[in-house]
Amino acid sequence: MDSFSVHLDNFTGPLDLLLHLIRKNEMEITDIPIAEITAQYLAVIDTMQTLNLDVAGEFLLMAATLLHIKSRMLLPQIAEDGAEEEDEEDPRAELVRRLLEYQKYKDAAVQLDELPQLNRNLYARSAPAPEVVEEGEGEFAAVGLYDLLQALQQLLVERPEPLAHEISAEQLSVADRISQILTALQGQQSLAFTDLFSAQISRHEVVVTFLAMLELVKLRLVHLLQSQRFGAIWLTPAVAEPTGLDSDVDEETLGYV
Amino acid sequence: MSDLKPLVEALLFGADGPLRGDRLAEVLEVEGVVVNEVLRALQTEYETQPRGFFLQEVAGGYQLRTRPEFADYLRRLGRTRPFKFSRPALETLAIVAYRQPVTRTEIEYLRGVDSGSVLKTLLDKHLVRILGKKDVPGKPAIYGTTREFLELFGLVDLAALPTLKEFSELATDADMDESAAVLPREVSGD
Repeated sequence: MDSFSVHLDNFTGPLDLLLHLIRKNEMEITDIPIAEITAQYLAVIDTMQTLNLDVAGEFLLMAATLLHIKSRMLLPQIAEDGAEEEDEEDPRAELVRRLLEYQKYKDAAVQLDELPQLNRNLYARSAPAPEVVEEGEGEFAAVGLYDLLQALQQLLVERPEPLAHEISAEQLSVADRISQILTALQGQQSLAFTDLFSAQISRHEVVVTFLAMLELVKLRLVHLLQSQRFGAIWLTPAVAEPTGLDSDVDEETLGYV
Repeated sequence: MSDLKPLVEALLFGADGPLRGDRLAEVLEVEGVVVNEVLRALQTEYETQPRGFFLQEVAGGYQLRTRPEFADYLRRLGRTRPFKFSRPALETLAIVAYRQPVTRTEIEYLRGVDSGSVLKTLLDKHLVRILGKKDVPGKPAIYGTTREFLELFGLVDLAALPTLKEFSELATDADMDESAAVLPREVSGD
C-alpha cells in the first residue's frame, strides 16, 4: 500500500481521506468492506504518527468510529423476535450517509470554483460610490449583526483596556444611556452611530452605549440603517416614520426580531 | 424605448454596483416593463456585437462586466486581486450556500472537521453572514451567504446556484428522513 504517498494535508478531513481510499480501491460506497477500509485508514494514520506528524483529533475520532462499526459488524445479529431484526440498521449506514453527503458538497465546492468569478475571470464596471450621501437620498438598508459587531470592535480597539484596573463607584448604566439616546433622537431624523461614541468616552461607556443601542433596537424604538456596505451606520427613530421602512428593517436587524 | 437605451447604458456605466431594475425605473420614471425591455435589448446588443464587456444579471441587479476571455489582460492591470480560496474554504462556502440557514455544528458534521476558523475567514470576507440565532439550546448562530457572495460568483440569486449532484442512494425516502432527523433544518426566531 502506498501510504507514504498519502499526506493528511492533502485531505480536508477524515471523510475526504475515506472517500479517497474508497475510490482508490474501487469499492462500492454503499457496501464498504469495513475491515479492509479500517485497516487502510489506520495504516495511513499510523504512518503519519511514525513520521511524527500531528494528526488532527478528527482523524483519530474517525478511526475510533471505524473500529466501532467494525466490531458491531462482527457481532452476530441475534434477534429475539423476527420483527426487531428488520429494524436493525446496518452499522455502516450513518457513515455511508455522511460520505455521500460530504461527496455532494465536495463536488459542489468544485462547481462553485468553476463559476466565472469576479476579479478572476471577469471584472466589473463599478464607479466609486459618492463620498457623501445627500440627506434623504440613497437607499438605506438594515444593518446586519456582523457589520455592527465590526463597528463595536473598531471602537474597542481604539480604546485599549487600561493596564491598571481601577474600581470606580459610579458608572453609566444602560438604562441611563437609553434615555440619553432617546433624548438625543428627539426631533431628529437620524443620529450617526459615531456620534454616540465620542472620542472622550471610555471603554466601559462604549460597551454600555452599545448595549443601550441594542436594547432600543430590541424594543423597536430605533432602527439601524446603512446607506452602503461598510458605510456609516445611522440610528433612526422607529416610530416617527412608519412609511415603508418597517418591513425592510425587521427582516435583518440583528436577528432580534 | 430606443432613446432610453443610451440612458440606461450610462446609468449602468456610472453605477457603483449591480443596478436593480426597479431602481432604474424609479430614476427614469418609467414602467418596470420598459426598463426590462431596454435591458434585454442592451444585453442582446452587447452579445451580438464585438464588445469587451457584457451585461450580467447579478445579485438581483444588472452590472457591466468584462468578458471572461479577456481576464488575463485585466489581471495584468493589477487593479484587484482575485480571492484565493482554499479547499476547506470552498467546501464550507458551498455548504453554507446550499444549506442555509445552517449552524456551525451542522457544517462541521457534514465536513467532519472543525470549521470555526474557515467560517471566520468567510465572515471577514463578507461572503457569509450571521442571519440570526437558532431557537435550540445554546442559541447557536445561523449562517447564510451575502449579496457579495452572489456578486462574486455572478449569480442572480440563490436559485441560480448550480444544481447539486444528488446520488441515487440518497434519494430514497427513508434516507431523506434519516438525514433530516440528524440535521434539523427548521429555524425559528423570526
